Amino acid sequence: MKRVALRRATDQTARYVTAAVSAATSLLVVFIALVLLARSWPIFVARPLGELLFSTTWKPLQSAFGYYPFIMGTLWVTCVAMVIAIPICLLTSIYLAEYASRRVYAIVKPLIDVSAGIPSVIFGIWGVIIVVPLVQKLAASSLGRSLSRLPLFEMHNPTGYSVLAGGVVLAIMVFPVIISVAEEVIRAVPTGLREASWALGATRWQTIKYVVLRHAAPGVLAAIVLGFSRAFGETMAVIMVVGNVPQVPRSLFDAAYPLTALIANNYGEMMSIPLYDAALLGAALLLLVIVLLFNLGARLVLMRMTRYR
Amino acid sequence: MKKLRRLEEHVFRFLMWLSLLIVLGSLVLIVGTMLWRGLPSLSLAMLTQVPKGGYYLGEEGGILNAIVGSLCLAGGATALALLFSLPVAIYLHGYAGRSRTAHLIRLAMDVLWGVPSIVYGAFGFIIMLWLGLRASLLGGIIALACLELPIMVRGMDEALGTVPSALREASYALGATRFETTLKVLLRQAVAGLLTAVLLAFGRGIGDAASVLFTAGYTDRLPDSLFRPVASLPLAVFFQLATPFPAVQQRAYAAGLVLTVIVLAISVMARWLSRRLTRHVVR
Repeated sequence: MKRVALRRATDQTARYVTAAVSAATSLLVVFIALVLLARSWPIFVARPLGELLFSTTWKPLQSAFGYYPFIMGTLWVTCVAMVIAIPICLLTSIYLAEYASRRVYAIVKPLIDVSAGIPSVIFGIWGVIIVVPLVQKLAASSLGRSLSRLPLFEMHNPTGYSVLAGGVVLAIMVFPVIISVAEEVIRAVPTGLREASWALGATRWQTIKYVVLRHAAPGVLAAIVLGFSRAFGETMAVIMVVGNVPQVPRSLFDAAYPLTALIANNYGEMMSIPLYDAALLGAALLLLVIVLLFNLGARLVLMRMTRYR
Repeated sequence: MKKLRRLEEHVFRFLMWLSLLIVLGSLVLIVGTMLWRGLPSLSLAMLTQVPKGGYYLGEEGGILNAIVGSLCLAGGATALALLFSLPVAIYLHGYAGRSRTAHLIRLAMDVLWGVPSIVYGAFGFIIMLWLGLRASLLGGIIALACLELPIMVRGMDEALGTVPSALREASYALGATRFETTLKVLLRQAVAGLLTAVLLAFGRGIGDAASVLFTAGYTDRLPDSLFRPVASLPLAVFFQLATPFPAVQQRAYAAGLVLTVIVLAISVMARWLSRRLTRHVVR
């Protein structure tokens, strides 16, 4: 009888302990946000939010902290990455979910999973070795010169360390993120819907276009948003290839200075300048809040779509 | 009309092939580039020596400090993350079931997964300031553990989810408590998947640079204390590539190759283990 009581007590203790640990880890993200807010509070008190977000001057020594060039840098690089990544990822995930034979799938899927684990510095180094020289060559070529008359392609920066290089590297980094989620969502579309469409005489592609994608649209969008937020918060790969010039980029060939790079490059040396530390942590908080909102939205959509097992 | 439909089908099938080729090609290209540029500058001395006097001018020495440092960082972080993620996994599958709480915890983990690693780095740095620590092995471990935690929890969650519920019910029918069932039936059944989750988290931890940038610092010495700075492979790559000397940049390629090989080996091993260990599992 005593043993039963002991076992029951163990069970109850385990329940409370594991529940407490779960609660603590679940609240970690809130805790991180609060800690960042607490440390960056001085900057939000000292400067109006509008000035922080839309001022283009970043001169810590003169106590001017405008995030605008860095926000735009991040947005430019991320958007270029998404423009490249979205069509490629969608087509690949449709192929994997709808067309690929079992054998092809068994080879391709693990490769994509493995590539998700490649460290970001490796992408960065690869960007420096391959992508930057390519962009530089493109900029110097006659194609680049004729392109430079177009608004997004003006040439002020011949080095190759540019928004375009950052976008290409980031695009490749987010491939596995978008593909794995989108593929799962497309696969989850009920077979009956496809069969009904085929029975009406639609081709496979028509079925995909009118039935499968329409059904999977919210999930596919969520996959894209997850990829976007991954690219948005990426640091090391970007910092190595975008050139880090604090300016608002106007062209794909311009250098940029993303928010993440701002934090990584300046942290550690900011202690002696007033408000500098708060301003950098404010940038981190900004980054966190944006990424959190995107993530939360995407995950809620996905949760509703796939209905956790 | 029929012709057009067929044409569309073919065009899109071609585009899909092309996309797949780009995706796989870029992966092959990255690993290939690392081999091509890294192998020539890789030597035994690189792997077995710490940097000596003129190392950063291209003279004697190696990156042993970074290799050992990275293993210590990722190892410590994995152990710390395991300490937290295992209870969460036990709670999710032993107690929470399909309740609202379980959904919320999973959502929190997914969101945590999306937090950029530079934010973990900044967070870790503030925590260190509060604890009165300087850039150190311990600081790096704390930041990396936060990064690894959600990866590990989700991996374990998935692994435990594959255990058939009949097994759990059989255990309950014998009079076992929830905790006993989870510990002795669920965890044992899913041990391969749990190990895979741990290895994948380790692989992610060893490759991350942004979170250890301010928390772990960098040093030319081998790690000797929890409270001293420690070198890491990703930062070795980053710093060496940033120097103006081609000879040192060569070493960044070599360090990058070492890192790539370690990460790929861990990833392949994790998958191989999970296949191998699941052979004797009850389905």
